[in-house]
Amino acid sequence: MSGYLFLIPLLPLLGFVLNFVVGTRLAKPKPFATAVAWSTVALSLVLSVFAVIEAAGAPDHQIGQVLFSWIPGGMAETVAGPRPFAIDWALRVDPLSSVMLMVVCGVGFLIHVYAAGYMAHDPGYARFFSYLNLFMFAMLTLVMGANFLVLFVGWEGVGLCSYLLIGFWYHKQSASDAGKKAFIVNRVGDAFFLLGMFTLFVNFGSLDFATVTAALSGGHAEAGWNGPLTFAALMLFLGACGKSAQVPLYVWLPDAMEGPTPVSALIHAATMVTAGVYMVARSSALYVLAPNALLVVALVGAFTALFAASIGLVQTDIKRVLAYSTVSQLGYMFLACGVGAFSAGVFHLGTHAFFKALLFLCAGSVIHAMSGEQELPKMGGLRKKLPWTHATMLIGCIAIAGIPPLAGFFSKDEILWSAFRHGGYGQLVWATGLLTAGMTAFYMFRLYHLTFSGRFRGTHEQEHHLHESPKVMTIPLALLAVGAVFAGLLGIPAALGGSNWIEHFLHPAIATLGGHGAAAAGEAGHGTELMLMGVSVAVAALGIGLAWVLYAADLSKAEGLAKSFAGVHRVLLHKYYVDELYGAVFVRGLVLGGGRALFSSDRMVFDGGGGEVKAGLGVNGLAWFTRDVISKLSNLWDRYVVDGAVNFTGFVFDNGSYYLRHLQNGFVQHYILYSAMGVLLLVGLTRLVTY
Amino acid sequence: MGASNYLLSLLLLLPLVGAIVIALSPRANVGLQKTLGMAFSLAAFAVSLLLVSGFQPIAEMQFVERYEWIPAYGISFHLGIDGISLWLVILTTFLTPIALLGSWSSIADRVKEFNVFMLLLEVGMLGVFFALDLFVFYIFWEAMLIPMYFLIGIWGHGRRIYAAVKFFLYTMAGSVLMLVAFLVLYKETGAVGFGLAELLQRPVEPGLQFWLFLAFALAFAIKVPMFPFHTWLPDAHVEAPTAGSVILAGVLLKMGGYGFLRLAMPLFPQAAMEMAPWIALLAVIGIVYGALVSLVQPDMKKLVAYSSVSHLGFVMLGVAAFSTTSVTGAVYQMLNHGISTGALFLMVGMLYDRRHTRDIAEFGGLKTVMPWFSALFLMVGLSSIAVPGFNGFVGEFLILVGSWRAFPGYVIVASLGVILAAAYMLWMIQRVLYGEVTNPKNEKLADLTPRELVVLLPLLFLAVYMGIFSPQFTRTIEPSVAALVRDVRAAGAPVHNAAALPAPAPAR
Repeated sequence: MSGYLFLIPLLPLLGFVLNFVVGTRLAKPKPFATAVAWSTVALSLVLSVFAVIEAAGAPDHQIGQVLFSWIPGGMAETVAGPRPFAIDWALRVDPLSSVMLMVVCGVGFLIHVYAAGYMAHDPGYARFFSYLNLFMFAMLTLVMGANFLVLFVGWEGVGLCSYLLIGFWYHKQSASDAGKKAFIVNRVGDAFFLLGMFTLFVNFGSLDFATVTAALSGGHAEAGWNGPLTFAALMLFLGACGKSAQVPLYVWLPDAMEGPTPVSALIHAATMVTAGVYMVARSSALYVLAPNALLVVALVGAFTALFAASIGLVQTDIKRVLAYSTVSQLGYMFLACGVGAFSAGVFHLGTHAFFKALLFLCAGSVIHAMSGEQELPKMGGLRKKLPWTHATMLIGCIAIAGIPPLAGFFSKDEILWSAFRHGGYGQLVWATGLLTAGMTAFYMFRLYHLTFSGRFRGTHEQEHHLHESPKVMTIPLALLAVGAVFAGLLGIPAALGGSNWIEHFLHPAIATLGGHGAAAAGEAGHGTELMLMGVSVAVAALGIGLAWVLYAADLSKAEGLAKSFAGVHRVLLHKYYVDELYGAVFVRGLVLGGGRALFSSDRMVFDGGGGEVKAGLGVNGLAWFTRDVISKLSNLWDRYVVDGAVNFTGFVFDNGSYYLRHLQNGFVQHYILYSAMGVLLLVGLTRLVTY
Repeated sequence: MGASNYLLSLLLLLPLVGAIVIALSPRANVGLQKTLGMAFSLAAFAVSLLLVSGFQPIAEMQFVERYEWIPAYGISFHLGIDGISLWLVILTTFLTPIALLGSWSSIADRVKEFNVFMLLLEVGMLGVFFALDLFVFYIFWEAMLIPMYFLIGIWGHGRRIYAAVKFFLYTMAGSVLMLVAFLVLYKETGAVGFGLAELLQRPVEPGLQFWLFLAFALAFAIKVPMFPFHTWLPDAHVEAPTAGSVILAGVLLKMGGYGFLRLAMPLFPQAAMEMAPWIALLAVIGIVYGALVSLVQPDMKKLVAYSSVSHLGFVMLGVAAFSTTSVTGAVYQMLNHGISTGALFLMVGMLYDRRHTRDIAEFGGLKTVMPWFSALFLMVGLSSIAVPGFNGFVGEFLILVGSWRAFPGYVIVASLGVILAAAYMLWMIQRVLYGEVTNPKNEKLADLTPRELVVLLPLLFLAVYMGIFSPQFTRTIEPSVAALVRDVRAAGAPVHNAAALPAPAPAR
């Protein structure tokens, strides 16, 4: 029954091939490229719905399909002795991948629709959609892979598509720089991911999720830092830090905004960047047995959430604000995983996909209307001109700020509550999360007011061109807004009389910390939970209010504030100078500096003489010695010592070799001599040893 | 059996006869020489495919032929292939016509000699992979050097003489030591002969093993090339014509790793096991060193040449770790490197044919003027840096996962190479393909010609096919590797009176 699963990723791959090979060669590619791109993703969406329903009805909540044996490698050595090394290209749909499938295909399809409007006048239309379809293939492989290695194919695949799409406008230096940076920083994470996989394989003899999870379940939590489980968990998490833009590997995501806005919405907000969260949730059985790794996940997540939010407070580029917001929200998801609330993290992943994709697409609509302008200080007063964009963006802002009953409220609250009741470091990360929530509300409404309130601050020409986007763009906005309003209803907590459906749905696919979970929070907890909800809503309201005061009417108060805290403002505006630091230490220092130093060691030490044959050490020194010293000696030897036989051999070769004279190179003669001597040596020695 | 009894001889004879025929052809008829070269190399490729179809996935030597040669010294012309050599043979017969077609129009001078040398080179390479007798091995090993020396020296670029001589001296230095080791081995094992199978049954005492292994290892390490014996490679590649680079990177560099697996490790198992950590250390140094130096090269060919040092470091790490998985990966990675680096050299050569420069700074914005070249160049680059879905990933993964038990610390360092590979490759691609066309000389560059597409598409197809359907290849590689690993491990169990060197402690 599940034999159709392979079609879900394969269809977009076909779309890629068609659009890349055929579409890009057409004179008017638009109808063809659109039809191919939309229909393949729509079909994948339909099939995904089938798959999700079928999996939900299956007795073990999952369906799968093994396509072929991919990498067999004989018997491999593991801790438990030799095991067959065999990795299949296998797909599986279980509750966790179901959630991802719905997000990827659902949001992905809407963004494909929107992009047809946004990219309508771009000369690279077919190329754009071919890459976008390739991305869908990679992302679907990532979420459907039944083992770590197939996941990794998707994992690097989405990184590659991200590279292609960020650098889509390859004429621009900044775009190709950003694409390259994204790929390389992701590769740093990927290298750690590989190390994590090696550890898992050597310890469990398999990379299949089900096999590894089964081997782990019922195991004892590993104390300390040196055990294989903690090591594997930390390495995988570092991989996730690359893909999901966490400290210290977050630096590529803000630059990724060089890509076309639909790409930012699809890849750098809703889907690809959440892959790290998905992978950590997928490995939850591992993480619950590695408490120290969980601690790291929680702290990194919380720190990233706060750190990125603080940068987002002052950025002036509309997409960069959203990019830092994404980094911050991803930190929230990891924070959830770090306190063992994996399903809360995945829940937030889902709601975030809706409202952040919505916000990006709204920003795209604004940029579209502003003739490409992305600077917030040049906008203002767009409410009347862009009614649909305004309304939907306001919904997005409310949702992300965590105001009930919109989606963000439920998922964010679930995370904060999980952190609070986790105890220990949980309360620290809860406090960080709460502070971040306030900052989130502030910078989102700062963005909202700078865009839509007050008066227009752009040029005359821009004002003249202001227009609402076409339906092909606004309809996806409206649909995403519906999701941003209602997606939270999937996880209404018990304290509010709900059943937290999403947590129950995910339960078969996700491990929980012992003595934790829904059961631990009894009736007594509900009071606390409600009180905390009140606190977080109040903090969000405070942030919104502050933004209203500073940015709604005129900007003088905000400018005054920036002046009185000029130092802090500058540090935030320059993103704590982290890019500059990385550039100096890693790029120019260790890598380029190291490369130059080693290259000169090749020339000066190993070769010697800076690449010239002259007296000295190294290969060139030896060559000089051979040429200028030995050859003189051997010349004498030639002339006076070697008998006629050898001379005759040399003579034959010398005259017989046509090329020799053309080359006019003394060395070849020497070679002949060496060869002749070699033969003599051979014969002589063998005589010697035989008799 | 019938004809398959003579397949290996036939494969040696075809290019040899081709070389003689071309040598006798009229000098003026350049077209005939090219056609003959192509025809004979294609015929050899076709015949080599019979090996694949007739090959059984078992560990034993197959298609074995044996003729008495110099009975007084126990030397026989003994040929055969197993899973380790099978695909290297195919790689050789596959890359030779590709390299010839790739140079179809860029070699205009002394076409006759060029084709003769290319075919003689093919004979030499195939002989090395076929040889089951040390004497025969040595003859072919040396015979291979000469045509390559002339290819670099005659059709090379500016500093070709320097490069050719450097190539020659380096490799000669190794071979001379190897020859001495052969003779000592011959004496020590009772002077019964040079047959590999016979020698394997007469293990040398551990103290001597150490020295003999060292001599073999040096010869092969130079050929690989392993750090710190690598400095001949960038010069040889930069000066060599495209076809020379393709064969040099594609096949000649594999001789080193092959030599370790076929001769050095099985003949001297105790020494090999003892020295393995040192080999692994040099291998990982090479991985990082090659990648870092590659990053700062202004010349595309030099960049690719240094990247080979890094890639071959992975191969040698797999060889040193000596698990079935890692060695299978190493053999697979040798094939992958031949395909992706061969393609890279061909594409750099195509740019050189158009612009007569390989300076990265001379290019920029080629994606606008040469879209198909750019798409293929990117794909070849991705295959080279082991993006999953391409061949390189399978090889690198098998090597690293198979080495993790033996050398976790080195594997961690090696993973740096995975990162740096992305850096040097994507940076070069960015500077060559992306941005605006700033150099007016690039504005009118022609995209790939049909001939160039015919050269590249088979390579690209294999890069993807081998990335997805690896069992088609590993199925035949693995049994031989498993047997080799089992035998060497069994014979190489630590012996206390072995010439002991303190092994470097793995980092973890």
